[in-house]
Amino acid sequence: MAFTTEAIHRLAALARLALTDAEAEQMAHELDGVFALLDRLQAAPTDGVEPLAHPLELTQRLRDDAVTEPDRRDALMALAPLAENGLYLVPKVIES
Amino acid sequence: MHSKRYEAVIGLEIHTQLTTRSKIFSGAATAFGAEPNRQVSWVDAALPGTLPVLNREAVACAIRFGLAVHGTIAPCSVFARKNYFYPDLPKGYQISQYERPVVSGGALTIRVGDGANAYQKTVHLTRAHLEEDAGKSLHEDFHGMSGIDLNRAGTPLLEIVSEPELHSAAEAVAYAKALHALVRWIGICDGNLQEGSFRVDANVSVRPRGATTLGTRREIKNLNSFRFLHQAIEYEIAWQIDQLESGRAIEQATVLFDPTKGETRVMRTKEEAHDYRYFPDPDLLPLVIPAEWIARERAALPELPQALAERFEASYGLSAHDAALIVSDKALADFFVATVEAAGVALAKPCANWLLVEVLGRLNKEERTIESAPVTPHQLAALVARVSDGTLSSTGGKQLLAAWWAGDTRSADELIDALALRQVNDTALLEQLVTEAIAANPKSVAEYRAGKEKALNAIVGAVMKASKGKANPQQVTELIRRALAS
Amino acid sequence: MNAQHPLTISQLRRAFAEGKTTPEAVARAACERAHALQPTLNAFITIADDATLAARLTELAGASQASGPLAGIPIAHKDLFCTTEFPTTAASKMLDGYRSPFDATVVARLKAAGAVTIGKTNLDEFAMGSANAHSHFGPCRNPWATDRIPGGSSGGSAAAVAAGIVPAATGTDTGGSVRQPAAHCGVTGLKPTYGLVSRWGMIAYASSFDQAGIFARTAEDCALLLQAIAGFDPLDSTSAAVDVPDYAAALAALATERPLSGWRIGVAQAFLAADGLQPAVRDAVLAAARCYEQLGATLVDVDLPRAELAIPAYYVLAPAEASSNLARYDGVRYGYRTAHDDDLFAMYSRTRAEGFGWEVKRRILMGTYVLSAGYYDAYYRKAQQVRRLISDDYCNAFAVCDLILAPVTPTTAWRIGEKSDPVEEYLADVFTIGANLAGLPAIAHPCGFDGAGLPIGAQLIAPHFGEAKLLAAVHAYQNATDWHRAVPPVAAW
Repeated sequence: MAFTTEAIHRLAALARLALTDAEAEQMAHELDGVFALLDRLQAAPTDGVEPLAHPLELTQRLRDDAVTEPDRRDALMALAPLAENGLYLVPKVIES
Repeated sequence: MHSKRYEAVIGLEIHTQLTTRSKIFSGAATAFGAEPNRQVSWVDAALPGTLPVLNREAVACAIRFGLAVHGTIAPCSVFARKNYFYPDLPKGYQISQYERPVVSGGALTIRVGDGANAYQKTVHLTRAHLEEDAGKSLHEDFHGMSGIDLNRAGTPLLEIVSEPELHSAAEAVAYAKALHALVRWIGICDGNLQEGSFRVDANVSVRPRGATTLGTRREIKNLNSFRFLHQAIEYEIAWQIDQLESGRAIEQATVLFDPTKGETRVMRTKEEAHDYRYFPDPDLLPLVIPAEWIARERAALPELPQALAERFEASYGLSAHDAALIVSDKALADFFVATVEAAGVALAKPCANWLLVEVLGRLNKEERTIESAPVTPHQLAALVARVSDGTLSSTGGKQLLAAWWAGDTRSADELIDALALRQVNDTALLEQLVTEAIAANPKSVAEYRAGKEKALNAIVGAVMKASKGKANPQQVTELIRRALAS
Repeated sequence: MNAQHPLTISQLRRAFAEGKTTPEAVARAACERAHALQPTLNAFITIADDATLAARLTELAGASQASGPLAGIPIAHKDLFCTTEFPTTAASKMLDGYRSPFDATVVARLKAAGAVTIGKTNLDEFAMGSANAHSHFGPCRNPWATDRIPGGSSGGSAAAVAAGIVPAATGTDTGGSVRQPAAHCGVTGLKPTYGLVSRWGMIAYASSFDQAGIFARTAEDCALLLQAIAGFDPLDSTSAAVDVPDYAAALAALATERPLSGWRIGVAQAFLAADGLQPAVRDAVLAAARCYEQLGATLVDVDLPRAELAIPAYYVLAPAEASSNLARYDGVRYGYRTAHDDDLFAMYSRTRAEGFGWEVKRRILMGTYVLSAGYYDAYYRKAQQVRRLISDDYCNAFAVCDLILAPVTPTTAWRIGEKSDPVEEYLADVFTIGANLAGLPAIAHPCGFDGAGLPIGAQLIAPHFGEAKLLAAVHAYQNATDWHRAVPPVAAW
């Protein structure tokens, strides 16, 4: 497999990572090497093998429906890069 | 219009907010209307190091829904991450269910249309899955920026997906209303459309009548009223037919409905569609629902609207229309059942009439719901009983209702006496009033005798007026006829 | 303190009990040492200032923690654990200056046991790396040879223990990030069973692999630390509801003569025959095997037929989870935000481009790719299937043995900057990743030195929740050997 810089730019846009063309080229080169390693998986016979998502294969525990969290607004707003009147501020959201 | 040559195919995806106290994956409150970001936990704000823990009640809601639609409740379902970037989505992914939803299949019987053209239809469901709601972007101007409120982020949702089996806006609305009634009925959603507790996405396509494959669909997002749902689908169907008639292909797209213009407009096309990169959420383990839990929820489930409507028709003799109307709302049905219990099954039909016409009429005029009605089922039952035994005329009944409505707390019998509502059945007194009325209305008498049947009404009216509404109108009519015939 | 040799937790407890020193003196000395060695090692991102330390010592003195099992023991936390006392950076510009409003469960439990945190240690950014070379705060250096890597990603913690700054430190192990730096720095490092220790407050790299771990000078100390942090946590859905055994009792129960009599230790011959395994490492691990035999254990050959698939499976699954876990760093609610925020897309893309380092970006793109439309089945699903096969291989191996002995790393610590190709660095995880794929507990302990005087580690792997056996075996080994007592020149004072 060979990654093109266009493919890297598309992927980077999906992941919201701005890359320069030089960076995209470098990344394409590195990912070519990495995926040569990862593609060793393809030879493994896995027909009928159930995918393993969690090492312990336990089941989900459930929480009682109770309000346990207080108002944290002041603490949260203090962490925010940009906030006003208790709201996080971001560049204008176009889509509704 | 070429609608005769085309068939619309519609499927609905409905997001219902579940009535839990706390969020689906955190202990923050879910109450509507709090100040921005005051119901946001560390988990909801996706602070580094936070992890989700599933709310049992949200799962119970999903089980109740699955039972109510006779769907299959998965013994093991899986939460997945739907990855996309949006400022109201704090983690950069939404926890949802993808390959293995908690409920699959099931069906809902709906009643479409009114009167002679009304028909029943069974709509099958594809699935229902649990997921978390996103926050809100506020578009008021903050120095050219948007404000983000995460209060809603993490509110539990059950997304209910129908098969594409609906063929008109009317069917889609009937289905949405039936589902709306059902989720309120089983107490899993408050159904408040204005507050966004019940949000509808409609997948709409059209195809030539008789075709077996589906046309290209467009998805109308976020319809928050039944009226908009109807308008948007009507518009969309007409628009799509127009495109095809003009030889243009439909492009798969997500659209928004603009209620002020009555039009849909494209939000994004297939090319711009997100690549959501779903995968099982490694922070959550498979959700296992044992049969005993399902059995417990089944035992606690109220009688469902469909079954109740059938019982109203079979045992109470109600029309299908009235029965459907009463079970469209749990509180209304509860009110009706209580009224009939107090009045007796023999009076079920007049109880339904008084409830649907007089009580509901007043409530609708005042834009109130049955929960806030100023009369109780017991009062309504007493009223119906007094009308049916002849103590009250229907006019008297309405006056009695008005008294209660105005806040009078006295019993029916006390008020009948206090307000002198008792219907006058005394023939001698009525005969005297009839004689006086005939004498006072020579013109009407002459017209009646000349064959104008309607002229009688004026004389009856005069007697009723003289009796202050207490005369029995049937009896009065009969007495006048007899007097004028002699 | 004027000790010639860094003390273990057990020795410190004795010294406190005998009144030979005080928690305050020990904590202040630890901070001083941390500062003194910072230019040489860069092991810390934050070192406790006087006020923070004083506040903690005051809190400790007045609380039940004063009699806790770790009362007054100075420790350091990998800067991936959220702490309210210190900033938490994950060694990333993205979180430079971030202060968590809550403590990680591991941090809270160690506090409750009486430990005194003297700082936050360096790591590979978001725990992604095997060298501690990818840190926004600069590389950490190996106390045994400061031109070499300490291993990663928990390099700072391993270096801080090796250099005698603290007797213990926390780490996290997603693909070997505790065991590998433990081996390179000549200390003992434990990665518990996935789910034994809560992940709440531990900044996520790859959620189905991440597990908190610990560094100390001895298995005995590891037992004390594990006792404090292990056990169910309602805040972590993947936390296992199991009874935590008494680890110290398991150690104490060992017989003095042939303590491992009846134990079967499996030796994975395929590991010892692996390409790229340095002869010195192989020899040291084989010597450790003979030592275990002398302690009474029986050596048996075990087969891990799919071991060579562990690296590709891990480097599909872990970056996939990471690509999603790191999506929250968007400049909206906390952390770094670009100045180029003209529109939403630019704000996201520039924030993340400026806030993340190259290794993190590469793994995010790898993960994004393997999850994207059309590739999920070929990579993600396939890797999950291979994960089950590898897990099954370990399960089969444990049918014939109690513990598996393996090298930790193919080589001793390499020079900073020596591995420029990411694949080379990924391949260094070959012996550690299996335990992460299968969620197994594993421990690394010193077992020798190479010709250049660099430490070599041996690894024992146990079935799920077999920590007591791991610790007991290494305790027996450490009672019989001196490798763990060796200290680098910088640690002698």
